[in-house]
Amino acid sequence: MTTAPVTVLAATALDSGNTAWLLAASALVLVMAPGLALFYGGMVRSKSVLNMMMMTFGSLAVISIVWVLVGYSLAFGDDLGLGLLGDPRQYAGLGQLMGEQANGTSTVPVILVAVFQGLFCVITGALVSGAIADRARFGAWLVFVTVWTLVVYAPVAHWVFDRSAPGHHGGWLLNRVGLVDFAGGTAVEICSGASGLALAVVLGRRVGFGRDPMRPHNLTLVMLGAGLLWFGWFGFNAGSAAGAGQGAAVVFTDTLLAGAAGALGWLLLERLRDAHATSLGAASGMVAGLVAITPSCGSLSPIGAITVAAVAGVVCALAVGLKYRLRLDDSLDVVGVHLVGGLVGTLGVGVLATAAAPTGVDGLLHGGGAGQLGRQLVGAGVVLVYAFTMSGIIGLALQRLMGFRVDEEHEVSGIDLVVHAETAYDLHSTAGARSAGTGVLHIHREERR
Amino acid sequence: MKLVTAVIKPHKWEDVREALETFGVTGMTVSEVSGYGRQKGHTEVYRGAEYDIALVPKIRLEIVVDDADAADVVGIVTKTAQTGRIGDGKVWVSPVETVVRVRTGDRDGAAI
Repeated sequence: MTTAPVTVLAATALDSGNTAWLLAASALVLVMAPGLALFYGGMVRSKSVLNMMMMTFGSLAVISIVWVLVGYSLAFGDDLGLGLLGDPRQYAGLGQLMGEQANGTSTVPVILVAVFQGLFCVITGALVSGAIADRARFGAWLVFVTVWTLVVYAPVAHWVFDRSAPGHHGGWLLNRVGLVDFAGGTAVEICSGASGLALAVVLGRRVGFGRDPMRPHNLTLVMLGAGLLWFGWFGFNAGSAAGAGQGAAVVFTDTLLAGAAGALGWLLLERLRDAHATSLGAASGMVAGLVAITPSCGSLSPIGAITVAAVAGVVCALAVGLKYRLRLDDSLDVVGVHLVGGLVGTLGVGVLATAAAPTGVDGLLHGGGAGQLGRQLVGAGVVLVYAFTMSGIIGLALQRLMGFRVDEEHEVSGIDLVVHAETAYDLHSTAGARSAGTGVLHIHREERR
Repeated sequence: MKLVTAVIKPHKWEDVREALETFGVTGMTVSEVSGYGRQKGHTEVYRGAEYDIALVPKIRLEIVVDDADAADVVGIVTKTAQTGRIGDGKVWVSPVETVVRVRTGDRDGAAI
């Protein structure tokens, strides 16, 4: 076989199919933000649904910009040494990635990879907010996600996602330890779960936790949100294949099966334990299955994906009850679903991975020995401890410096009205008419004076 | 005149309305309310956690009638809204001093 002379220009390395898929996949990942806002928003009480959604939309706005300014460089810049952190100056502002020459041998524009990865950070940050529903000051939350992006997510993404290449030095967990984490079981799921756990501890329990029935106020929003998350997850996972080929197709298949098997696992456990298969259980199980397939979607056969996701559905359904025993108000079960599900999926790679899948690694049950399971344990453990510790420190510092939690009185009366000066729903039958309870409109504040 | 107030099961409200209309009652005020009696609410399960929900949804009817009709109206509501199971509700009668029809200024018997 003869090889062509290696004089390929950087510009010709771009593949339009791969680029088109990554553009679409990035947009799919963006849909996960409103999906998460609905999923979380429906689960809180009606007096705090807007604040819940605003924590996600706030993350989207703030992290997108912080990521472009310096986050991407910290995560994917050339390693500064030891595989711990990227060079913050290399891609600061992303202006360096405007020209095609910046793409090197990449088949997709690197600036698009940067945006795709930035949306991962957005979702991870937004996921954390579920642990502190109903009680966090909005300004403090925005400061938290800013600092957290730079101190927690960017380094972890560097360790887990930044692959070494000729002329580029990546992160230590991926390149030195040999962790297999396809789309972020550690960097996204375990990281958000551990960060949420830390904030739930720092902010403390809601008034009436464990005493008052804090029912989800709108389960139809939860179902819609879970569906949108699943839809977006195809971009999240199959986009991580970095190309539109066989690998992406296998990952896509595993992602479909994971949502299905996760939902069935959770529902089966509920039916046996509580006598009812619930809609919240279906939505939660779907998400739990998808969480578990996130690290493993590149390493499992379709049957392997069903197995791991069903296990995640059952284990997460058991895990969410623990918070009442621990008296820990992880309000929307970020720990029970994302931390626990992330662990199931990350360790599941070590057990059920097959070399026939895109990542080409055999796990324990496919004759690969226990080595990969050990590498997965190291990766999961390191990210868990690091994210918990650093998020706890950031949370405590903000609590001390600016206050992270709203007043008890405001928390009870409803955070939407106090923090955002809005009410989510006007269900008064004469809404908009001039009648009792609908108030008076003031267009200009000055006129009132 | 009497004010008949009834708190009944929501699925019985349409039957009660029809029965009262047949009897000759021309109007009433209806509200969706919640409360509890001896049945003490119900249980809901969210992510495995059981919630005792104290309040049960009910329909409240308020009807102003002539003294002579009060007993019949109470009888009709009781008969129609009854399922025999716990949570069927209550009916009570209270005296009314004056009724005025806003449109015409008619008073008492003429205003009903």
